Order: sequence, then structure tokens, then C-alpha cells
Amino acid sequence: MSATSTQTRPGRTTDPAPRGPVARPGSRLLHRMVWLRLSLLLSAPLAWMLLVYVVALAALLITSLWSVDSLSSEIDRSWTLDNFRTLLENEVYRKVALRTVGVAAAVTVIDVAIALPIAFYMAKVASPRVRRMLVVAVLTPLWASYLVKVFAWRIVLSEGGLAEWTGIGSPGYGLTAVVITQAYIWLPYVILPIYAALERVPDSLLEAAGDLGAPTGMVLRSIVLPLLVPGIVAGAIFSFSLTMGDYITVNIVGGASQMLGNLIFINAGAANNLPLAAAIAMIPIVVMLVLLTAIRRTGALENL
Amino acid sequence: MKTTLQRGRVALACLSLLSVSVLTACGGGSDDKKTEAVEKLGETEGKVSILAWPGYVEDGSNDPSVDWVSAFEKDTGCEVTSKVYGTSDEALNLAKSGEYDVIAASGDLSLRLIASDEAQAVNTDLVPNYEQVFDFLKNTEWNTVDGVNYGVPHGYGANLLMFNKKSFAEAPTSWGAVFEKDQLAANKGKVTAYDSPIYIADAALYLMKTQPELGIENPYALDEDQLAASVALLKEQRQYVGEYWSDYLKEVQAFETGDSVVGTTWQVIKNSIENKDVDVTLPTEGATAWNDTWMLSSQAKHPNCAYQWMDYILSPEANAQATEYFGEAPNSPEACAKTTDPDHCDTFHAGDEAYAEQLWFWRTPIKKCLDGRTDVECTDYAQWTEAWTEIKG
Repeated sequence: MSATSTQTRPGRTTDPAPRGPVARPGSRLLHRMVWLRLSLLLSAPLAWMLLVYVVALAALLITSLWSVDSLSSEIDRSWTLDNFRTLLENEVYRKVALRTVGVAAAVTVIDVAIALPIAFYMAKVASPRVRRMLVVAVLTPLWASYLVKVFAWRIVLSEGGLAEWTGIGSPGYGLTAVVITQAYIWLPYVILPIYAALERVPDSLLEAAGDLGAPTGMVLRSIVLPLLVPGIVAGAIFSFSLTMGDYITVNIVGGASQMLGNLIFINAGAANNLPLAAAIAMIPIVVMLVLLTAIRRTGALENL
Repeated sequence: MKTTLQRGRVALACLSLLSVSVLTACGGGSDDKKTEAVEKLGETEGKVSILAWPGYVEDGSNDPSVDWVSAFEKDTGCEVTSKVYGTSDEALNLAKSGEYDVIAASGDLSLRLIASDEAQAVNTDLVPNYEQVFDFLKNTEWNTVDGVNYGVPHGYGANLLMFNKKSFAEAPTSWGAVFEKDQLAANKGKVTAYDSPIYIADAALYLMKTQPELGIENPYALDEDQLAASVALLKEQRQYVGEYWSDYLKEVQAFETGDSVVGTTWQVIKNSIENKDVDVTLPTEGATAWNDTWMLSSQAKHPNCAYQWMDYILSPEANAQATEYFGEAPNSPEACAKTTDPDHCDTFHAGDEAYAEQLWFWRTPIKKCLDGRTDVECTDYAQWTEAWTEIKG
């Protein structure tokens, strides 16, 4: 403001454009102190990140070091490693953790296997009109409530339900039912990143490979697949982590079996043992960290 | 390198301090708790918030013909908001939020509410309808502590055995149907059980009758060995269980379709099932049961309306409606006279103390044995919870 007002005044051009008395030392300081400038610029996103992520995780870790009084369920805020000792010593938690990882892995494998051909057809074979329709078709299930879909599966899989009625036969409620339901629910999250990755593969590359005489298998193996890996990894991370953390599906179609999410839910929501729930919640976090580190080592994350 | 490391450490220290203080700040809301009974009532506040089992506070929104809340609202001018809960453990969590004035608590919850200062003493003189309540329901171990009364009794009922007639040559009369291998084998994968640590008491009750050498006197007072025996029985049962239920709608659906054919239930669940093959029985061994108490929250914001509610729900008309709808015994002879089914109280043996003797009302297991033994330490609810996780595997 002051700069524009000086320009309208003639005869004072020798002065350097005077700035507001406050802005001047401020900007000089910022100019000199790169560190300050950067931290001011980053403070808002960093604060957000700290608040939402780091503080939440720290709170989780701290809570897991507390204990709880069984009768009144008051939290006792003295430090103890008892919860982690329970997790290590009690075979149940190990079994449930392994089961959860197993289910998540199965869901991921199934989803990737189904998503690959669908995404390939959508990106490379279908006409633009069909492609649009397919994208809508993949997205539509996301508009329906998660609960509605899971309860629909409960009815499909129930005795005398659709699965039995069509002659396929129902697996009954249990882990198989959980894998089927989860694979259905997370499928769009796997198709979309693979489709996006495939779209980025230029057709000319495939044509060139064909012109040079490469057979289809070789084209897929040495051109398409390497370009697809980031998309597959992204989809796999979605389906894996979402399955790891879920408890609703297991509650509804899981029969008598339980997964990590159920143990967390029971301890936090029912048994009032928040510290133990926090300790159990550490398991999926650690599993995901290990997994992401392993994926990073392979270099797949750099292309994301 | 060194400075950044130090800076990181300082940041981490600040961070953990911050989160500790935030967490302590959140936990310290115990200032406005009132645990002593009031002397006299004041003006009603126009509102009351109720936490109860499904079916206890019906205002016609589930079924237009089932409504006893509107009458209360009209009489007292207290508008009712209510929330239903699925398990006692869930209710304890909800009660701690301080959003509820009145809580319908079973015996496994009431003592925990009192122990955590979530309940305030009730002055029964201010609840005129309390007088006609059956004497054996008054001042029980789950609504009175050290001579101080913490609530008024609502009604009581048993955890019954439900079965699908098609799966049985003749109707089962014993809990053996869900605990004995040879009887379970025919229904593998179609057995259900109540999903709560308190279900361990059902196994203990069965062992009390079938294996007297274990010396179980009270299914809620188990020493280490007795708990181990009950857990072993439940682990064996686990192989035949199709699913556990705590959401009563889930059990209704499972019995409706035939995914479950035998297991524990409440009368209200049986009443919701349209499948004609499904029936219930009280097995010869007796059963675990609940005896619910209306309790007043120590954080109640509308205590006067809460007292009005307690008196209203104890009145013969309201009590008859609520207990008949749920399928349990009413709490007074006057209420029995008001039920629409004249046989209701006979069916549920209301006021029959000998029958009530066969029922083992839910209580919170604590270290000090409830059956009076002093030579051993009993297992408490935390151990039951842990055992329950282990049983489900």
C-alpha cells in the first residue's frame, strides 16, 4: 500500500521504495534466517501432522504403558510393561496376530488377481465409452454403506441364502466368509490405482515392442509389469492395511473367530481395558511399518 | 549432528509431556460427582436421559403398540432420551461419559458402577412405588453396599436355553446340550453362546451340578482351579460354536435362518423370532440370570426427573408393560395383576422365592470370594476377561 502511494508522488525517486516500518525488519530477518523462514512456512502442515499423527501415536504408546483397575476400571497411570508382557506371553495374541496377517494377505492376493485383468481391460482394451461405464461400475459400490454391504454378505452366506440357493454352496460364517467379504469390499481400492498406473503406460511402447517381434508374454513381463508395480503396491497397501484394522466384518460374518480389530474393540469398547487395547493396537502399526520398510527397500515406493 | 539430535530429544520430551498432560486433563472429570442420597426432590428439569437394555424404554418408535414412555412424558413433563446397550461392559463405558441420569444395571454391572463412583445412593423414601416391590429383591448384594441403597429393582429373568426342535429328537432339558461332546457333535458349527466373560459362570454352574468334586458353591466365586475347569469346558465347547452373540438382533437372525440351532438366550429374543420350530426352556440345572436395578448416575444433570422415572417405572402399570414386553418377572404383586397375559407371572415365577433360588443372578466376580470362603483368593473380572479372550482363541 505504501509502495503504491509513493509512486504517485513525483520527485522522490531517489528514495528506495519505503516499506511499512513493521514489514521491514521482519522481512530482513526472514531473508537472513533461512531456517526461520522455512519453519514458519512449514509450521502449519507440521502442526497438523504432529497433532493428528505423532501426538495420537504417542498417546497410544503412553496409554499402553498404563494399567487398569479391574473392578472400577479406573486407569492407573503408573508405568508398567505388563500389557506388552501379556501380549508376548499369551499365545492367543500371537495366534490372532498371525491370523489377521494371514487374512489380510489372502484378501490382498485375491484382490490383486481380480483387479489386474479388470484394470487391463479398462485401460487398454475397452472403448472410451465402455471405459467410462466401467469406471462408474467400479466406483458405484463405494457409494453404498459399508455396513449394508457386509450385512448383505451375511444374508448371502447364511443357511438357505443366495450362496446355497445358487448351488455354489455356502462356506458358513468363519474366516473364509471374512476373506470373501473383505475381498469384495476393498476391491475398488485395488482396481483404481492399478488402472491409473496402466493408463500411464503409453500404447506406443506396446506397439513398438510388438513391431520388434516380442511375444505377448514378454511384453507383459518386461514392459507392462515393471511399470505397473507402483500401482499394484499402492492397491495392495490399501487392501492389506484396511483388512488389518477391520473388526466389523469379522463381527458380522466371522462366526466365532476373532481378529486383532476385535481384540482392540473388546478391550476398548467392552472390557474397559484401554491400556491393553492400546498395546494390541501397536501390533498392526508395527506390522505396517515393517511392511512399508520392506517395500521401500525394493524401491517400489519411489515410483509412486 | 549433535545439536539436531538434542533438538529431537527435546522435542520428543515436550511431545510426551504434552500428551501426558492432555490425557490427564481428559481423565480428571470427577469433580461434579455426587454420591450421597438427596434429602428431598426439587422441580423437575424437563428432561431425563436413560441408559438401558433393549426393550426397557420403549416409546413406540420400534413398534407403535409398545409405548410406555409417552405416558411418562405427559404426566411429568420430563422428556426422555434413551440409549440401549448390548453388554454390561459396554454400559459401564457409556455410563462413565456422564451423559446419562438413570441406568438400568444388571448385577454384574451395579457393583462396578458403585466401585467407580458412577452411582449415587438412592433415597427410596422419595420413590413411593418402592414399597410394594417384592421384599427379596430389596437390599440385595447387587444394589446395596454397606447398608446404603443404590437403586430400585426393575425385574428379573433367566438366561434360558433356546433350541430348534428340528435338530433335536426330543426337547433338551439340560445344559448338557451345549456342554457335552456327544450332544454337541450333532450340531457342530450351529451352537451359539453369549459373548461376554460373564458366560464363564454358565459353564461353572453346569460344573457345579455335574462335577461336585470341584467344590463350586457359587458360579461367580471361582478359585484358580475352578476357573481353569470352566475355561477347559468352554474351550471344548468352542470347537462346536458357530458364532458368539452379544447383539441380540444377530441371534434373532441366526435362529431365524437356522445358522444357530442351540444356545443361551433371553425370553425377549425368543419373542422376536417368528420361526415356529424355535423354543426355549429353563434347564434342570437352573440358570444364570439377571436382576436389574435402576441406578442414579453420580453425574446426573436431571436428578429430579430421574427420580420421577424410577418411581414411574416401578409403578404397577409401567412395570407390567416393560417386564412383559422384555419377558421377565415383574418386581411386585401389583404389577403381576396388571399384565395383559394373566399367566405371565406364573410363567416367569414372579415372586416365587424357591424358583429364584435356582437362578444365579449375575454378579461381578471379585478377589474376595462371594461364597464366603476365606482360605483361598477368588478370580476377579479382569481374569475372566482374559480367560474369555483365550477361550475364543
